Amino acid sequence: MVKIRQIVVGGVAVVAAGLFAVTLAQAADVSGAKSKGIGPTVKIHRGEQCVEPTEDMRRNHMKYILHQRDKTMHQGIRTAKHSFKNCVDCHADPKTNSVQGQDGFCSSCHEYASVKIDCFSCHTDKRDKNAVAVAPFKGTAAKGAPP
Amino acid sequence: MSLNRREFIGIGGAAVAGMALAPGLRLIDLAQARSPDETVTSLKRWGLLIDIDKCQDCNVCVTACHEENGVVGHGRPATDPQWIRKVTIKDKQTGYVQTLPLMCQHCESPPCVDVCPTGASFKRADGIVLVDKHICIGCRYCMMACPYKARSFVHEDTTDQKPHAPRGKGTVESCTLCVHRVDAGKIPACVEACTQDGNQAMVFGDLKDRNSDVSKNLASGLSVQLRPDLNLNTGVRYRGI
Amino acid sequence: MAQAHFDTIEGRGPGFYLLLAILGAFIVAGVLAALYMEHNGHWVTGMSNQIVWGTPHVFAVFLIVAASGALNVASIASVFGRQLYKPLTRLSGLLSITLLAGGLIVLVLDLGRPDRLIEAMTYYNFKSIFALNIILYVGFFAVVAVYLWMMMERRMNDYTKPVGMFAFIWRLTLTTGTGSIFGFLVARDAYDTAVLAPMFIIMSFSYGLAIFMVVLMAAMRWTGRELGDAVFGRLRNLLGVFVAAVLYFVVVHHLTNLYITQRHGIEGFILLHGGQFTQMFWIGQIILGSVIPLVILFSRLGKSRAMVMLASLLVTMGGVAQMYVTIIGGQAYPMPLVPGKEASSSFFDGVVASYAPSLPEIGLGLGGIALALAMTVVALKVLPFLPKSLSDADADPHFKAEPAKSEPAAA
Repeated sequence: MVKIRQIVVGGVAVVAAGLFAVTLAQAADVSGAKSKGIGPTVKIHRGEQCVEPTEDMRRNHMKYILHQRDKTMHQGIRTAKHSFKNCVDCHADPKTNSVQGQDGFCSSCHEYASVKIDCFSCHTDKRDKNAVAVAPFKGTAAKGAPP
Repeated sequence: MSLNRREFIGIGGAAVAGMALAPGLRLIDLAQARSPDETVTSLKRWGLLIDIDKCQDCNVCVTACHEENGVVGHGRPATDPQWIRKVTIKDKQTGYVQTLPLMCQHCESPPCVDVCPTGASFKRADGIVLVDKHICIGCRYCMMACPYKARSFVHEDTTDQKPHAPRGKGTVESCTLCVHRVDAGKIPACVEACTQDGNQAMVFGDLKDRNSDVSKNLASGLSVQLRPDLNLNTGVRYRGI
Repeated sequence: MAQAHFDTIEGRGPGFYLLLAILGAFIVAGVLAALYMEHNGHWVTGMSNQIVWGTPHVFAVFLIVAASGALNVASIASVFGRQLYKPLTRLSGLLSITLLAGGLIVLVLDLGRPDRLIEAMTYYNFKSIFALNIILYVGFFAVVAVYLWMMMERRMNDYTKPVGMFAFIWRLTLTTGTGSIFGFLVARDAYDTAVLAPMFIIMSFSYGLAIFMVVLMAAMRWTGRELGDAVFGRLRNLLGVFVAAVLYFVVVHHLTNLYITQRHGIEGFILLHGGQFTQMFWIGQIILGSVIPLVILFSRLGKSRAMVMLASLLVTMGGVAQMYVTIIGGQAYPMPLVPGKEASSSFFDGVVASYAPSLPEIGLGLGGIALALAMTVVALKVLPFLPKSLSDADADPHFKAEPAKSEPAAA
């Protein structure tokens, strides 16, 4: 019994210590980033509004993409609104035609948040030059909206 | 428009209505296809008839496919992907030589779908066999199972893919019957090329629509499946073997 | 009978750390090989669109088959009530876990997308024998872990038999699944036969016991523990029977194919003119892996521990050779497209695919074996898996003081 208790206590202690260390590391990372003024460089190049409200997109864009992904793949539904291709067509940098790269719309934020994107191992990160992106356009290029 | 068509598909008497409306509807189909928000249904089954007697020493179907889908090689034949290839068959007794284009046969009972552990290899309701690369783990069991060697493994990093044809290292890929074109009401790139620049050996269409070109053509003469012993009911049929 | 006594190995001497260092070097090489393959893509290996499963699969499938077979010794004790095997049960369970872990690591690291392992755990196609195997493999760890607990916790000893029975059925199912990965491949002449499932089971008996004997003899010798003639002789004869049984299945498999005209092509390829595969079959699998071990095990040579060690190692290597012929040879032979017609194309239709194992593939495969052995070595130090003594007096309940002259006949 004593042994089991020791093991349990020991295990909890190890896990707790690990969590603490991770938390510390994250805190250090965030504060460090802020003090140096480094953050994601989110630039909006086309339109004023995304297909959904910006707050919603920040939080849920992957859910929309994932949902659409399965519908397109398996059911052949190819509506443009939440399609991955539409994201890229709209958000690609006009200079590089890409959402990747140093200031890329996707990569800059994902790098900042340390979230790996798996999309571009198969999908192109380049805009389809002939594409007509579907978004509720209300104007032309609005400049760098900070997060 | 789309609402009407949806109702039409959903209603049980679709077959009867289809008979009555078939000629007119088919024109609309070819011009506009399914609307993008409609689910594919098993009321259609896409297929091909390839007339080997017309297929000559020409490669336009292969070139068109690989151009359309951004399939590029690295000068390493053993590992470079091929979605469609020209195969030469020579009779062992008589020496008679023919050529045929070979790609995914879009089986009704595809062995690749049976063996895939994650369900990444799947058949769409309209009969098109695809790889869902999002859940493909690259185990290559489907390549072991396919009797036609229709699938390729992406052996290296890919860049500059076509937006409509994602392809990436570590996953398996094959002919999609140009599903992006079919969904937009167009015919596959290989068929288009064969018709325009080749020898008019390929006919594409809905195998379940008796009035489609491919069905009429199939009904009017001999045709065979490859590896008929496996009883896979392939969506691609050949004439003249 | 006397309770079998187990003890941890001391594991302090230079020999122990040297062994771990050697195994560790192979593991590091395996990890580097996997990273190299994943970083560059599979084109840097010997694999291609023709040979899609290469040397890593040879080692992985070998280890997985051997893992289920290694559990056999425990099953003989728990399920079939043979007391003589009782001191061997813990090592048997341990090896089955470590070998399976080694094999699965190799299998996973050879995937195109090993980072997507979670997909394999969350999306299931239950018609796929591969998907069922994932469940069987993961379940095997749990079942054998519980089995070991029943064996090692005195209060739980009463449950050893039912749990052992369950583990036995589980491992038979698992090996059936592994054999069926190939047995269910309808398109290829080399596979597509139900005989592969029982054949893989008997192969598992043979490979598993061979590895078990190598590890047992080495561990007992290096820790200065006695391995008596009773246990040694019984294991040796059992291995001989298993090797002969595998040979029988191989003969039946090939005779069946030779009767089917459609399969003359693949048989001619493997048996006569398949180049490296024919050599691997006759020299590796048959002569080195079966005939020589049988001669050693069933002749006077079998009295020598060194010769039996050699025989066990040969059976192990023969097993790898058999996997090579089965997996890679089976893919190298072209599939028929149209009966009566020769096919040719720029995609290697109608020709024998060439394959040469690349260094990273071999490194990954050996890394898997090293990992399995290293885990075994460490486990032996941490928990009492190894019997204190297997001397005749300790191991054999019927042992009488006078020296046993005659060996028991083949089981």
